[in-house]
Amino acid sequence: MTAEPLHRALGMTDDELEAVVDELGREPTHLELAMYSVMWSEHCSYKSSRSHLKRLPTEAPWVLVGPGEGAGVIDVGDGIAVAVRIESHNHPSAVEPYQGAATGVGGIIRDIFSMGARPIALMDPLRFGSLDDARTRYLFEGVVSGISGYGNAVGVPTIGGEAVFDECYHDNPLVNVFCLGVLPHERLVLARAEGVGNLAVLLGASTGRDGIGGASVLASAGFADADESKRPSVQVGDPFEEKKLIEACLELLDADLAIGVQDLGAAGLSCAASETAAKTGAGMDVDVARVAKREPGMTPVEVLTSESQERMLAIVTPDNLEAVLALCERWEVRATVVGRVTDNARFRVYDGLFDALGVPGVNPAPPHGDAAQDASSDREPLADVPIESLGDGPLYHRPLAPPNDLHDKQSDDPARELAARFSDGADCTVELLALLSSPNVADKTWISRQYDHQLFLNTVVGPGRDASVLRLQETAGRALALAVDGKARFCALDPRTGARLAVLEAARNVACSGARPLALVNCLNFGNPEHTEVMWQFSEVIDGMAEACTALGLPVIGGNVSFYNESRGADIDPTPVVGVIGLIDNLKTRPVGTALTSGDRIVVLGETRSELGGSEWATMHGLRNGVPPIADLDTARRLHELVAALVVEGVPSGIHDCADGGLAVTLCEMAIAGEIGFQVNIGGALSCFSESASRVVLSLAPDREQVVLDRAADAGVPASVIGKADGTRLTAEEAFDVSLTDATTAWRDAIPSLMAAVVAH
Amino acid sequence: MTSRVGVVQFPGTNCELDVIQVVEQLGGTAEILFHLESALGGVDAVVVPGGFAHGDYLRTGAIARFSPVMDAVARHAAEGGPVVGICNGFQVLCEAGLLPGALQKNAGLKFLCEDAVLRVETTDSALTNMATVGQHLNIPINHFEGNYVCDPNVLARLRAEDQVVLRYVDNPNGSLDNIAGICNAGRNVVGLMPHPERASDALLGSEDGLVLMQSILAACGQVMSMPR
Repeated sequence: MTAEPLHRALGMTDDELEAVVDELGREPTHLELAMYSVMWSEHCSYKSSRSHLKRLPTEAPWVLVGPGEGAGVIDVGDGIAVAVRIESHNHPSAVEPYQGAATGVGGIIRDIFSMGARPIALMDPLRFGSLDDARTRYLFEGVVSGISGYGNAVGVPTIGGEAVFDECYHDNPLVNVFCLGVLPHERLVLARAEGVGNLAVLLGASTGRDGIGGASVLASAGFADADESKRPSVQVGDPFEEKKLIEACLELLDADLAIGVQDLGAAGLSCAASETAAKTGAGMDVDVARVAKREPGMTPVEVLTSESQERMLAIVTPDNLEAVLALCERWEVRATVVGRVTDNARFRVYDGLFDALGVPGVNPAPPHGDAAQDASSDREPLADVPIESLGDGPLYHRPLAPPNDLHDKQSDDPARELAARFSDGADCTVELLALLSSPNVADKTWISRQYDHQLFLNTVVGPGRDASVLRLQETAGRALALAVDGKARFCALDPRTGARLAVLEAARNVACSGARPLALVNCLNFGNPEHTEVMWQFSEVIDGMAEACTALGLPVIGGNVSFYNESRGADIDPTPVVGVIGLIDNLKTRPVGTALTSGDRIVVLGETRSELGGSEWATMHGLRNGVPPIADLDTARRLHELVAALVVEGVPSGIHDCADGGLAVTLCEMAIAGEIGFQVNIGGALSCFSESASRVVLSLAPDREQVVLDRAADAGVPASVIGKADGTRLTAEEAFDVSLTDATTAWRDAIPSLMAAVVAH
Repeated sequence: MTSRVGVVQFPGTNCELDVIQVVEQLGGTAEILFHLESALGGVDAVVVPGGFAHGDYLRTGAIARFSPVMDAVARHAAEGGPVVGICNGFQVLCEAGLLPGALQKNAGLKFLCEDAVLRVETTDSALTNMATVGQHLNIPINHFEGNYVCDPNVLARLRAEDQVVLRYVDNPNGSLDNIAGICNAGRNVVGLMPHPERASDALLGSEDGLVLMQSILAACGQVMSMPR
């Protein structure tokens, strides 16, 4: 057997190697090749997605920092800004669910405080296979425990999220992590290494062999089964180290002791040290002898590509070094000078040069088992490359084509089969109870009670509602409404419409809190980009998202692309997840909840059509074809504006977005929240469970009904009175009739019962 | 005279700013006591807030108890000064021997962040002097290790001496005798698992914690009965 060439073992193609040779005018050293392989990986370089991402709208007057930095930043008034980012940690979580999820949380938090923002909220959109499966329950339990274990201990509350269960994620769960931070405008910093002679100080954990090649091996290659052999590529999180890093870094920035800080994430020191300098046209020298190593015998390749967690790089002037080191010592945070800014636009790596040249700082003690470094080490660089070439990876215009069976799938409307089974007037109480106990619809308190969602005294509305609401105590009464949503089943049938629907749902959820949407971040989870239909899905999703964002005036301020999500030999359903940040100008009282109030009239805003393609009900019956609901952007915008205004004015006594499971499920959730029954007429099963978009249900005191109908007419939003809230039975004429107790039990007990089963390891 | 409250900060503590905010909201002044301090700087009362001191590594509170500041806190307690440990702070006070018993993992072996209804069992403590016996308070819990345990003799003494300060109406974590908070024999040192500072504003859903936070301020300046 001939040995695999080094570049291929590192995940690079022959063409990519050739590009490196062209760039350098010579064969790369092992270290150089290793650095290019991680920096040019799909995960770091966005080489398959960049050409499409530029079609997204990114600008608005309130956007302070758009895509391409550690996090997007928007102005929310009163001199305060918020920094937001979302990222995936899918593959590590498939291999090792607890640590995969935990380190996902740790990574996203570092992105936020690297901007000078204090992280104040996390949200986690999650996807798993069916909870009937023992391994899925193990993954689910592990991921939730990892988020809880890390997030709670690091001291950033997890205020919301979502969990969706579908067969297509069986081997490849999706763990997306959203983080938001708050900062005064003047503390906003961008990671920039400027000023020749300035120093790069590595803060935090020592550098070990964990996570080597994580970006290139785990996140950027075909991912068949959850592969035990890849477990060493998953890092281990230490929330205590991260908590100390947060406090130390924010103090450094507050005291003006650092020019910038950058987190070490994918591609480790290679990426952090080169990116900060490349952005200013400067160069950077790094000395591996200055890096504190966790294990003996670590090679420069390992040091430069390690993805050990809880590390940051601070750029400081030599004058401030002493103060920086003292501050870090107070927080028990390790700090060593590992780099020096140059003016030669090159990224050079040495081993032992800094001591010889008298660069400030000292070599840290070697790990047990390593001999002390010889001060007269080689002055020749181990790597010497043009610095911008590392971040300037290849750009692929990958071929794309719709799947061959697209037309057949779309023309197979599940409504035909369902209509045949459930003719008008057929009782569908059993169907309703099955939907309420579907893990996609059922109560998610089993998850959210494991998360601290209250720290910092900002959480006005926590997990489990249409949107979470955070008051911004630094402002004069402003608050944020935050929602994360993804509609993968719709995207599987029509990715463009599905992406529009995800944006609309998140924006609608925010509107239900009385907020106007300000910005959006996306986490784009897809299959293998080397498959033409996956790239077609990606391209369509970008177009659909761009259309919806443009119509709603929503800039996309950041995002993340995760390719190579594959399970059981098939690509996952295209799963763009969006997070929408909305602003409430003046929050004086708690926003209205979802509960029905006894004696209230129930009004639906929006139009219900027989739209069952991709719906929870059709999927429950194994019907996965058809087309998704219509996503009319203009109607949606008018609905959102009307709903936000009504909520701000305090008109409804209850409000709930209509989504998974349709009107029937929405009404039941409102009844359960209010502990009160209802009597409505919403047609037969097909309209009860239709998932037509842009609908909102209101609970209204009788004297408010006419006001709402008039306002809706003025706004051009369809509105209909469907019944009233009363009693202890949930009744829809000619459709279902169930007791409040039975509905509540089905909805509340579903996930705890499933998780009480023995978890397989 | 304004009450001065010192709020202890270990590496990994995370509720210190919340406690300071509520103390100030009630008209008191509050300052951080960093774990390396060996004196309390003349504060009237000490709060050991929630979080994960030293990462809760080894065991909750096991490392924090050796911090220099804890010696000063112990002296303050011995002099009758009010000391209140909230959540992780309660665990630290138990480890430091300022309160009896220990907090072990919740009976359900899961972290729990949810509302809890507490019953005030005594008003003779640094935490409850403004409350009413039998009063129900809706205050959130947020812990993995909140399941109070102690040996039978200690429990008998806690009951006999009226040292159980707060009980859960519906026990969420398996705590012995539904105990949510206890005080020492001197009644000036109190520990509780729920977070009164999180129930401090109607906008957040409950103001029931304010009466407990006010009690801490009311206890400032009073040297309570010396430990027996």
